[in-house]
Amino acid sequence: MPQPLDYLRETASQTAGPYVHIGLAPGAAGFQIFRRELGWDIAGPNAPGERIRVEGIVIDGTGSPVKDVLLEVWQADANGVHAHPEDQRRDQAAEGFRGWGRVITDFDTGLWAFDTVKPGPVPGRNGSRQAPHISLWIVARGINIGLHTRLYFDDEAEANAADPVLNMIEHVNRRPTLIAQRSMRDGSPVYRFDIRLQGDNETVFFDL
Amino acid sequence: MLRNDKPRPGEFFQRDRSLHPPQYTPGYKTSVARSPRYALLSLENTISEMTGPVFGHNDIDPIDNDLIKNYAKTGDPIGERIIVHGRVLDESGRGVPNTLVEIWQANAGGRYRHKKDTYLAPIDPNFGGCGRTLTDENGFYFFRTVKPGAYPWRNYVNSWRPAHIHVSVFGTSFVQRLITQMYFEGDPLIKVCPIVNTIPDPQAIDQLIAPLDMNAAIPLDCLAYKFDIVLRGRRSTLFENRLEGN
Repeated sequence: MPQPLDYLRETASQTAGPYVHIGLAPGAAGFQIFRRELGWDIAGPNAPGERIRVEGIVIDGTGSPVKDVLLEVWQADANGVHAHPEDQRRDQAAEGFRGWGRVITDFDTGLWAFDTVKPGPVPGRNGSRQAPHISLWIVARGINIGLHTRLYFDDEAEANAADPVLNMIEHVNRRPTLIAQRSMRDGSPVYRFDIRLQGDNETVFFDL
Repeated sequence: MLRNDKPRPGEFFQRDRSLHPPQYTPGYKTSVARSPRYALLSLENTISEMTGPVFGHNDIDPIDNDLIKNYAKTGDPIGERIIVHGRVLDESGRGVPNTLVEIWQANAGGRYRHKKDTYLAPIDPNFGGCGRTLTDENGFYFFRTVKPGAYPWRNYVNSWRPAHIHVSVFGTSFVQRLITQMYFEGDPLIKVCPIVNTIPDPQAIDQLIAPLDMNAAIPLDCLAYKFDIVLRGRRSTLFENRLEGN
């Protein structure tokens, strides 16, 4: 017998279930318990950059909205800096910018939305540059392990065309599933990003 | 040009998907229409994946980890008093310090405090059912709560969930993000649960079952269960000082 490799094994995932809100967004479950719920303020009031809203629905394989989904958001600030100790430019991070958020849907319509600052481009591997993007993580009843995807911006066509991750998607006709559509509403930019778990135009999900 | 080439803590071990439930698990019916059909696209780590949210003691309050007191209105909640404690580790066995652990659960009767839960068991006026804490500098965490009850759910006609506590953990990076469920040693419902049985690996199921820990129980007060949580590990960067541009 060779020596054992004594690594631990990752704990297995289980679905977040229908009552995920109790733990992660108790106000939505119908009660107040914590002084402050986490994840409602992604960018803070003072971070520079363009203020945007992102909204959409998550759609299941039957074409129905998923009304009990919870999404988490992770992104860089407008200068492409992450509020994290391993970002080499962390000391340039925008004041009060966290870059993380937690979003739930309207229980009747399935619509979700969050307000943030549009991120800047960030470094990629081996000296490359990634187009501005927001990382999303999706959990819900019926999702056995959280789904990772990315949101890119349709007004960044040039950067998107050079993005090493988008370019890795072999099926070119699937790339648009990661690109949010910009419009203006009451003078403010809104990006629409619907996520299709299954079926026509299934969103690209990542094994990170 | 933007670069992130300088030596840095290593990238994450590839996730061993064989121990996790696949997305499509027909025995858990809700997964059928909510599971992607195409293969996931495997992506090497970039700064977007190797970073993640950082939390501090300003984000939470000390009472947040005590589910016996954090929603008590007229007295303590009904149920078997327990401590749940353990350590958040990575696959190399290193404690993960200062990471946020959040839990939620049903009350002792198997009822959730949630506007969408209509099970006939009563709401406990003194039990909210959620808590959160940060691990200490060595990765240890603890909660106090009451043991949740089993409850029926609509999957098959007579499907029941074993007693369980939902657990959410962050780690230091967005690729370590994990939600799971903790079960209790000796519960006969574990082996007939369609959600537990989405996990194809028996050892991975065992790893979700917290043993009774009499050494951590408080005599004449409460029992204890121990639940360690393992997040993905990071490679060491041996022989990886690449030349610029490579």
